[in-house]
Amino acid sequence: MAKELLSGNEAIARGAWEAGITFAAAYPGTPSTEILENIIRYQEDIYSQWGSNEKTAMEEALGASFTGARAIVTMKHVGLNVAADPLFSASYIGATGALVIVSADDPGMHSSQNEQDNRHYAVAAKLPVLEPSDSQEAKDMVLEAVKISEAFDTPVMIRMTTRTSHSRSAVELGERQAPPEIEYKSDFSKRNLLPGNARRRHVAVEERLKKLAVFSDSFPFNVLIQGRERIGVLASGVSYQYGREVFPDACFLKLGLPYPFPIELFRRFAAMVDKIYVLEENDPIIENFARLAAPDKEIIGKDVFPLLGEMSQDVVAASLGLKPADPGIGAGVPGRPPSLCAGCPHTAFFYNLGILKVQSKGDIGCYTLGALPPLSAMDTCVDMGASITVQLGIEKALEKAGKTTKQVAVIGDSTFFHSGITGLVDVIYNQGKSTVVILDNSITAMTGHQENPGSGRTLMGQEARRVDILKLVRDGLGIEHAYEVDGYEVKAIRELLKREMARPEPSVIVVRRPCILLYRKARWSPAVVDKETCTSCKTCLRLGCPAISTDADGKSLINASLCSGCGVCIQVCPYKAISFADEKGLHISSMTLEKYAKGGAQ
Amino acid sequence: MKTQSILICGVGGQGILTASDLLSDVLLRAGFQVKKSEVHGMSQRGGDVVSTVRFGEQVFSPLPAVGETDYILAFEKLEALRHVRYLSPRGIVMVNDFVWKPLPVAAGFATYPGDVVEQLRKLAGELVVIPATGIASELGNEKASNVVLIGLLASRMKIDKAVWLEVLRKKVPPRLLELNLKAFESGYGFKA
Ligand SMILES: Cc1ncc(C[n+]2csc(CCOP(=O)(O)OP(=O)(O)O)c2C)c(N)n1
Repeated sequence: MAKELLSGNEAIARGAWEAGITFAAAYPGTPSTEILENIIRYQEDIYSQWGSNEKTAMEEALGASFTGARAIVTMKHVGLNVAADPLFSASYIGATGALVIVSADDPGMHSSQNEQDNRHYAVAAKLPVLEPSDSQEAKDMVLEAVKISEAFDTPVMIRMTTRTSHSRSAVELGERQAPPEIEYKSDFSKRNLLPGNARRRHVAVEERLKKLAVFSDSFPFNVLIQGRERIGVLASGVSYQYGREVFPDACFLKLGLPYPFPIELFRRFAAMVDKIYVLEENDPIIENFARLAAPDKEIIGKDVFPLLGEMSQDVVAASLGLKPADPGIGAGVPGRPPSLCAGCPHTAFFYNLGILKVQSKGDIGCYTLGALPPLSAMDTCVDMGASITVQLGIEKALEKAGKTTKQVAVIGDSTFFHSGITGLVDVIYNQGKSTVVILDNSITAMTGHQENPGSGRTLMGQEARRVDILKLVRDGLGIEHAYEVDGYEVKAIRELLKREMARPEPSVIVVRRPCILLYRKARWSPAVVDKETCTSCKTCLRLGCPAISTDADGKSLINASLCSGCGVCIQVCPYKAISFADEKGLHISSMTLEKYAKGGAQ
Repeated sequence: MKTQSILICGVGGQGILTASDLLSDVLLRAGFQVKKSEVHGMSQRGGDVVSTVRFGEQVFSPLPAVGETDYILAFEKLEALRHVRYLSPRGIVMVNDFVWKPLPVAAGFATYPGDVVEQLRKLAGELVVIPATGIASELGNEKASNVVLIGLLASRMKIDKAVWLEVLRKKVPPRLLELNLKAFESGYGFKA
C-alpha cells in the first residue's frame, strides 16, 4: 500500500474514512481544526458539519450513533469543557454505531488560554482513551477506537496534542471498511436517562470498565519493548518518541491505551527493570496508576519532569541533568507578537475604544489582539462567550454598591453563535444596561477561516441560510437599540459608541465588514503618506497596522505591498497627510464581498 | 546513519510551511524516514513561524535538540538569531538577507539589532547570506523566495538534484512552475 506524509490531523481524517465513519461534526479550535477540514475530502462517503459549539457537535454525533452510524466529533481541549455535559451522559448511554471523540490538547499553550490534560475527562467519565504518538498511530487508532466503541458499547476518546496533530510522518493508507446498516431503533432504557434508567446504566458502566481493564493488558498498542538495560521508561503519546531519543537502551512500556491502565502488563514490565521513568505531557496520570500498581518500585515522574509546557528530548535530558540547560542564545531578540492584519475590520473599532478610553470586556478570537499595544483596549478575556456575562456581573455588582459604570462587551460573530446568545438573553432578562459589540467579519477567522452560521455556507461548501445577527438580536431578543455599522467607518463607529454608551438601556452594535483575508487579492490602491504634510504625530501608528511604520526621519511610512487600502489611516490622520495612491483605483471599502470573494468571478 | 535535523524559520506568510512540506517530500522520496513539525495558530497573524524536519533510518522525535541541528534555513535575519541556539557547532546557517521589522520595532518600542550577521558568524560552522527576496523579485515574484532558499539548501545536502526537481514538478502548480524552477536554480547555483 502507498505511504504518504500526513499530519496527525490528516491521519485522523483518513482513519475516519477507512473505519467506515459516515458522520462527523466539530467546532473549530487549534490544534484540532484540520481534522474536519480534511474529512470534507471524503464527502461522498462522510457527511460532515460545523456545530455552533462543541456541545451541539457532540450531541449531534451521539444522535448519529443512535442510528447505528459510525460517528466522530473533534474539538480542542477547552472545547471538551463545553461538551462535558453530553460527554458524561454519552458514557452512560454507550454507542450503537461507534462514537469517537477526539480531544486535541495544547501543552505549552501555543494557541490556547490554558493547558489542561483531557485524559482526566476519560477517567472522570469512565471512558477508554487512546493516545497516538505519531501519524500512523493516529490513523490506526481511529480504526481501533471504532472497534472498541462497538465491542464494548462505549464512546472512545482519542487524545491528540499540538505536536501529534501538527507533525507529519509517513502513513500507510488502507481501504475503506463498509459502514454498518443504518436504522433508528428506539432503546428507551439506554437512551432516556431518567434516574431509574440511569441507575441501571451506571452499573453497566462499571462492568464495562472492568472488562476494558482486562482488554488493556493485551491491547496491541500497549507495547512492551525489550532493551539492553534494566532501566524502564513508561510513556504515552509523543513523549514516547522523546524517551527513545534520550534512553536508546532502556526497556519501554508504551501505552496507546493509557486508561484503563493495563495493570498486569505493567507489573510484568516493572519486574524487568530496576527503576522506571514516566514520560507524559502535563499531568501524572499513568504515573499515578503505576505507583498504585507497583508501590515498591523506584518511579521517577513529575517529581523531576515538568507539569508545565511541552516535553521534548531536551526537556527530558535537562530534567535529569543529562544535558546543560538551554544556553539562552537569542533570548534578547525582540519578540514578534501576532497582530491584526493590515486592513483588518476590527482595527478601527479598537482604535475608537482607545480614543474614548474604554477598556472593553473581551472574548476569544482574532479581536483578542485588540488587547495588545498599541490598541490596548480589552482588559478581560476568560473563555468563549464570557465577554457579555462577565460584563453583566461587573455591572450588577457595581450597581449594588451604588456605583454606575457603562460597560462595553466585545465578541466575534462565531463566538456569539458559540455561546454569546445565551449571555445576551441574561442581559435582557436581568435588565442589564451595557453595550454589546459584535464584531461580525462573516467567518471564524482566528482558527483559519471556518464557516459559521452567519457565513451563508456550510463546511461541505453548500449555500446555507445566513443567520442575520441584527435581526436575531432586534426582532428575536427584542433589543430595541440594535444597530449596524461598517467596520471601516471610523467616525460612524465612534459616534455610535458614544451614543450607546450614554444610553441607560442595553444596546447592541454590530460592526460588519468581512475579514480582509476573504477578499481576493486584487490591485487595491494602497494608501500613501505625503512626507511634506506628515508632522510625525504618530496618530496612524496607534492603529497597530502592520503596514505602517516610520522612516529614518520619523515620518510615517506605508508599505504598499502590505497595505490593502482599507482607508482607516486616511480617516484618522489629523493633518490629511495620507491619501490613496490612486483616488480612482479599486478601493476595498466600497466593495461588497460578493463581488470580490476569493474564487469569485473577476 | 545518524538522524539529521533541519530548522526552517521566518515570519507568517513567507511560505515556510510550503518549503518544509517540499523538503519533507524530497527526503521521503530519497528513501529516508521523515518527521516534520510546525506550529500553527497565533503565528498566522504576522508572528514568527518555525518548522522542523528530521530524517534518517529511524526517526523518533519530530523536534531537533538544542545544539544538535545540522541546517538552519532562515527566511528573515532576526528569526535566524532567535533559533540559532538549535545549531550544532558544525552546522550551517543559510539566511535570507531580508529584514522584516516586528511590530514593536516598527512602533519604536524595541530595536532591531544591527549586527545580526556578525553574531551569526560567530555561532555558525558555516554562514551563507543570500538575497533570496531580491533574487525572487528579479525573477518576477517575491513569493518565490522560499524556493530560492530551498535551492540553496539542496546545494548543501547530499541528495540527488533530480529528486528535488521531480518534487517541484509534482507540487508546484503548472503556471508557476517555470518561475519556481528558475528560483530553485538561482539558489542552487548561488555563490556568495
Ligand atoms: C471552547 C473553545 N472552542 C474553540 C476555541 C478556539 N477558538 C478561539 S477563537 C475562535 C473563533 C473566533 O471567531 P470569531 O468570534 O468569529 O472571531 P474572529 O477570529 O473571526 O475575529 C475559536 C473557534 C476556544 N478558544 N475555546
